[in-house]
Amino acid sequence: MSIELKNVTYTYSPGTSYEIHALKDINLMIPDGQFIGVIGHTGSGKSTLIQHLNALIQPTSGTILYNGEDIWAEKYNRKALRSEVGLVFQYPEHQLFESDVLSDVCFGPMNQGLTREEAEVEARKALQQVGFKEKNYGKSPFELSGGQKKRVAIAGVLAMNPKILILDEPTAGLDPKGRDDILDQIAELHKLRGITIILVSHSMEDIAKYVERLIVMNQGEAVFDDTPKAVFAHYQELEFMGLAAPQITYIMHALKEHGLPVDEEATTVEEARGSILSALKEMHSPLFHEEVTGGQENA
Amino acid sequence: MLRDITLGQYYPANSVLHKLDPRTKLAGTMVFIISVFLFHTLPGYAVATLFLAAMIAVSKVPVKFMFKGLKAIVMILMITVVFNMILTPGEVLWKLGFLKVTREGVQLAVRMAIRLTYLVIGSSIMTLTTTPNQLTDGLEKALRPLNKIHVPVHEISMMMSIALRFIPILLEETDKIMKAQIARGADFENGNLIQKAKNMVPLLVPLFISAFRRANDLAMAMEARCYHGGEDRTQMKPLKYAAWDRAAYGILAAYLAVAIAFRVAGI
Repeated sequence: MSIELKNVTYTYSPGTSYEIHALKDINLMIPDGQFIGVIGHTGSGKSTLIQHLNALIQPTSGTILYNGEDIWAEKYNRKALRSEVGLVFQYPEHQLFESDVLSDVCFGPMNQGLTREEAEVEARKALQQVGFKEKNYGKSPFELSGGQKKRVAIAGVLAMNPKILILDEPTAGLDPKGRDDILDQIAELHKLRGITIILVSHSMEDIAKYVERLIVMNQGEAVFDDTPKAVFAHYQELEFMGLAAPQITYIMHALKEHGLPVDEEATTVEEARGSILSALKEMHSPLFHEEVTGGQENA
Repeated sequence: MLRDITLGQYYPANSVLHKLDPRTKLAGTMVFIISVFLFHTLPGYAVATLFLAAMIAVSKVPVKFMFKGLKAIVMILMITVVFNMILTPGEVLWKLGFLKVTREGVQLAVRMAIRLTYLVIGSSIMTLTTTPNQLTDGLEKALRPLNKIHVPVHEISMMMSIALRFIPILLEETDKIMKAQIARGADFENGNLIQKAKNMVPLLVPLFISAFRRANDLAMAMEARCYHGGEDRTQMKPLKYAAWDRAAYGILAAYLAVAIAFRVAGI
């Protein structure tokens, strides 16, 4: 179960004056079970990239392999692919249409050929896993709050039992509490179902503590593809792309510059706290003190 | 939020025609259409062709855009030509069974073909060099006298510009909704007519809801800025005739005079 992109290029309105190269020669390997973050400025090509993964967009050139098979081969069943690679778009308003929540979540599984009863089983399971309360199943999706709509939208895709779940800006338009709730829920899903999760965002803070791999998009290119720690080490370059490393990264680098021997790779507040505390302890030990003052005298 | 919209078929360029007042261009298009029907002989069409070619050259719009509009009327054009050829009584040139092609028929068919083609190209020149908003502004101003007989000219033109403005937004939205539903296994292509209509529900419901929401928001935003209709309303960029426009009207008058003269003289 893997997706592989080979030299994928995508151009909007080729051959006209409106031509835009949205993706430039992208090579990616997405193995099973990873928790991946895709980050980039608005217009960096991240949305275009994820729409390639479930064959909503055909690349201008290059190939996309799912389990080693070319998804744009003539006889390839792209409908089946889309139920394996689930994509949740940014705005839940774009997909909610039924008169009640449960029927809306059933839409996906029923398109896969399940009966209403079978679909309801999947729908209930999915709604429960995204933390949606059962007493609201009969409500109209349009009277829900933003966070609730988002949960229903995610459940709508999750109910199809995808092997890979892609979420485009799942936290956009949510308050901090709602944002953390959704992200925790997604992390929980990753553990629970063991599926691959690709999280798209433009906020480093959001995804830093969840993902194990971070792909940074800039002007249609995948500039970095590494662990969050390794990517944040390039915080100055990130800033140049209109992105920012988590605030903690800045603090840690500043502390290091001022002579506190902290681990500047810490990405979460908890890690940073641990690192600062141990650094302070170390500094107050007599051994370290001598070392530092000695160094200053030499300078 | 909004990207460059390519609405209608406006082609941005820096030409005299682009700078003309939309009212001048509306009048010009009218004059050209009238002239195409006034001319009925070869020398007449030559004059019209010359005029059209000159306008295309002045507009700085690539010629292929001019002919794009013709694609839409190819069918009508063919039908007109064929029917005119076989249904006009007169001197028989060629016969196949009960079908007779007459000399008069061929003449009429050619004339109709030229008129239709020129009509489309002539109006293309206007839509290619005028933004839809300019066009509605021009219409509003040109039709203002109708206010006297209680035609709500301003309201109609405001509705027109809002409708035009929303077309690309709703198109983009349709695309996004379609993708979101395809990702959930929706099928918009296969099935018979009834199934296809049923399959549109997941697309139409979110689209309508979004359209109503947008309309609501827009109404609120307009009211918040004290919009109250056409009375005493001034414009940010009021339409004013410039020297170009006076020159253009001169040329148009001369052209129309030639067309009338040709007709009267029977050339």
